[in-house]
Amino acid sequence: MGATLTRQLSAEGYDLTVIDFNSKVLESSEERYDVMVVQGNCASMDVLRQAGVKEADLLIAVVGADEVNLLCCVTAHRMNPRLHTIARVRNPEYTDQIYEMRDMFALSMAVNPERQAAVEMERLLRYPGFLKRDTFAKGRVEIVELRLDAKSKLCNVALNDMNNIVKCKILICAVLRSGTAVAPDGNFVLREGDRIFVTASTDTLTVLLKNLGVITHKTKRVILCGGGRVSYYLAKLLGRSGIGVQIIERNQERCTQLAAMLPKVRVIQGDATNQFLLESEGISDCDALVTMTGVDELNMVVSLYGSSCGVPQVITKLGRMDNTNILGNLSLGSIVSPKELCCTAIVRYVRAMKNQTGAALTMHTIADGQMEAMEFAVDGKTLHCGEPLKKLKLKKNVLLVCISKGAKVEIPNGDSWFDKGDTLIVVAGAGKGIHQLNDIFEG
Amino acid sequence: MNYKMMGRFIGKILIVEAVFMVPALFISLWNREFAAVYGFMWTLAAIMGTAALFLFLGRGSKKKFYAREGLACVGISWVVMSFLGCLPFCISGAIPSFVDAFFEIVSGFTTTGASVVPEVEKLPMGILYWRSFSHWLGGMGVLVFLLAISSAGGGENGFTMHLLRAESPGPNVGKLVPRMRKTAGILYLLYILLTILNIIFLLAGGMSLFEAVCTAYGTAGTGGFGIKNDSIAGYSPYIQNVCTVFMLLFGVNFSCYYLLLVRQFKSVLLDEELRMYLGMVAGSILLIVLNLRGVYGTLEETVRHAAFQVASIMTTTGFATTDFDLWPSFSKAILLFLMVVGACAGSTGGGFKCGRILLMLKSLRRSVHQLVHPRQVQAIFSNGHPVDEKVLQNTNAYLAAYVSFVMLSFLLISTDGFSTTTNFSAVLACFNNIGPGFDAVGPTCNFASYSIFSKLVLVVDMLAGRLEIFPILILFSRTTWKRK
Repeated sequence: MGATLTRQLSAEGYDLTVIDFNSKVLESSEERYDVMVVQGNCASMDVLRQAGVKEADLLIAVVGADEVNLLCCVTAHRMNPRLHTIARVRNPEYTDQIYEMRDMFALSMAVNPERQAAVEMERLLRYPGFLKRDTFAKGRVEIVELRLDAKSKLCNVALNDMNNIVKCKILICAVLRSGTAVAPDGNFVLREGDRIFVTASTDTLTVLLKNLGVITHKTKRVILCGGGRVSYYLAKLLGRSGIGVQIIERNQERCTQLAAMLPKVRVIQGDATNQFLLESEGISDCDALVTMTGVDELNMVVSLYGSSCGVPQVITKLGRMDNTNILGNLSLGSIVSPKELCCTAIVRYVRAMKNQTGAALTMHTIADGQMEAMEFAVDGKTLHCGEPLKKLKLKKNVLLVCISKGAKVEIPNGDSWFDKGDTLIVVAGAGKGIHQLNDIFEG
Repeated sequence: MNYKMMGRFIGKILIVEAVFMVPALFISLWNREFAAVYGFMWTLAAIMGTAALFLFLGRGSKKKFYAREGLACVGISWVVMSFLGCLPFCISGAIPSFVDAFFEIVSGFTTTGASVVPEVEKLPMGILYWRSFSHWLGGMGVLVFLLAISSAGGGENGFTMHLLRAESPGPNVGKLVPRMRKTAGILYLLYILLTILNIIFLLAGGMSLFEAVCTAYGTAGTGGFGIKNDSIAGYSPYIQNVCTVFMLLFGVNFSCYYLLLVRQFKSVLLDEELRMYLGMVAGSILLIVLNLRGVYGTLEETVRHAAFQVASIMTTTGFATTDFDLWPSFSKAILLFLMVVGACAGSTGGGFKCGRILLMLKSLRRSVHQLVHPRQVQAIFSNGHPVDEKVLQNTNAYLAAYVSFVMLSFLLISTDGFSTTTNFSAVLACFNNIGPGFDAVGPTCNFASYSIFSKLVLVVDMLAGRLEIFPILILFSRTTWKRK
């Protein structure tokens, strides 16, 4: 987690100091990235002082133990009251009290990768058919990812003609074709194998899936392979929406724990790679399979087996996302990485901190990281308020995909306009340097 | 075994018994029942002598005290207490036979209410008082009382928990507050308050003070000794209804009342055992009322009798307002069923306990599940919390012990030649601490006609039922008495 964050933040040009016990880790960080390193215990005041906590703007504590993270944040905050702090807190026992704890420990943000991953998975399971869902405007707008297979009604359709098929207001903001992301215009023709990113208000998602002919029978029974923390969070979330859950876990002791924590879940002790076990637990007629054991390779194998059994929806948890290129060709279904999700959340916070005014409210990377979708609030300083969009000139590869006025969500056309108090969603190529709303305008 | 420590405990318990016997002595004095006064005086002397002996033998004891001492101590003290407690009956000549008197007092202390006295109204008032008071003392347990008033020696090593566990009914006994003494105190305070409330309601119905107090004792301990030959049948419908309500109240787990006092209403409302208990009471009353159409004159009378008998049997009190032995067999079957189920754990009632039945049913369901999914790991929940496997094991062991005890006793007392219904219901009535059974031990009859041997068997049943078998069973186990 620390390494991934270092890579991302250092690449964005922030000055970083890395604290770790392990000198080997520090050495490699120092070699690979342009950062300063301090060896020692991050909760000790001496080490923090050495790392320059008094001059720092933000401290991110992501060591293995929650309590150390909290202690580190509290100590650092006392030494420098101006400091923003982010702590990773993963213990499920702290989940319900995380808001109180944020106040108590003066945290700017608490991240829980496993829970975040579980929330993401639950959202995917609620609408089978979408590979990824990103939310904007307090959950009213989403950008969803769809893969066009041979049977899709959208194959060989130009975007201008699309409205006759989907019969609801949507906008395709990006298309990923053979590894490259394109921001399409009206004449763009969709083809089989494209992965499309669609902006739509959350209410229209069901209509969209129906009109596209994607079967959306309600998910009723889900098999989770592996009984780790993500599994626990996910089972709890699914149980709340009345979905039947089976967890297959190898460790007998962990099984007993899970059974005690999750009354409604069927906990099965056994090896998830055992095909006989999967069959006897009814893998061929379940609605979804989520693989999240601690071993990525194992998850892939089980997911592939699940796909070959005809499970309608498969989600694979991966710890490392280094091999995303080869993964595209495998039928692993949706891929969720807790580490990646959490890093994005932190990076988003860091960016927002950098420019307090006019900064993005929400930021998601889409199309394998080639595009970014950002949400901005329109304020007094924003240019071109009240002008119709057809008169504005936006930068190349930048798309204004949604305007939300209060609770009303609008997919814009040439006559649309925005005003102070609205929020806008903008999709742009990654690394275009869009940090504020005014950056999207040409000139 | 720490015999000295046990001796001291038993000595202290006997002093408590002696102190509680004094009011009965004064009642006898007041009413000039000199035979009874004579009996009480001699008994008091005997108890004090024995207590002094035990305390003398137990002087300078070590403080080490473990589960087996706790269990054995509870078992022995109940037996000793009953031996001495029956002396007033014998010496005063109210119940001349020693075995009969012993049966009567054990029936009192264990809150059974099975009697060998045919004409209750002829007994002296002091004796009647002592007989009813034994219910009250036995209901919450004399050791719990001892824990409430004395620090009972080394409170710091927490051994007193073993005593509370051994004497309080239920599969899962816990403390209400951190201190054992306070827990016991709270239990007794609730018990006393409810009893006083009961007395007030009975007085309002026109009972004399003596009758109200004795009836309230019988109700509070869920015992069932009446002071009239026809139990409660002769009293007004108001008093019968008051008894119904209070019997049901004393059949509820006392920690529920504590939770009410500390304003945790939600956890009381959602308590699974309480819901099952009230549900079974309501269901049984309804079924019996339907079954009894045409037996009584009015609907009010039917409901009143049905409710009273259901409450009396389910809470294992054993009062009666009507001869339910004459009811149709479906109604009798329901009562027999309720006899086994019993009241809530942690109440003064006996029986198998609703809480245990719930656990048993849940564990049965799990076993069925496990046939379908052999590799499934499943926990059992009670009130939303997972139940420890050890508690489940104990519950299963309890069921085994319960069934063996009942079947063996049934076999033994069958030698007397009564009908199968009589024998079976007699064993159930004694073991579950109810009192009346069916047929020859029905509500209008009594246990006098059984032989001495059968009475002793039933005495063991009553004690085993009240103390939930293990404290009695441990007395017969060789490992208990082995030196380590």
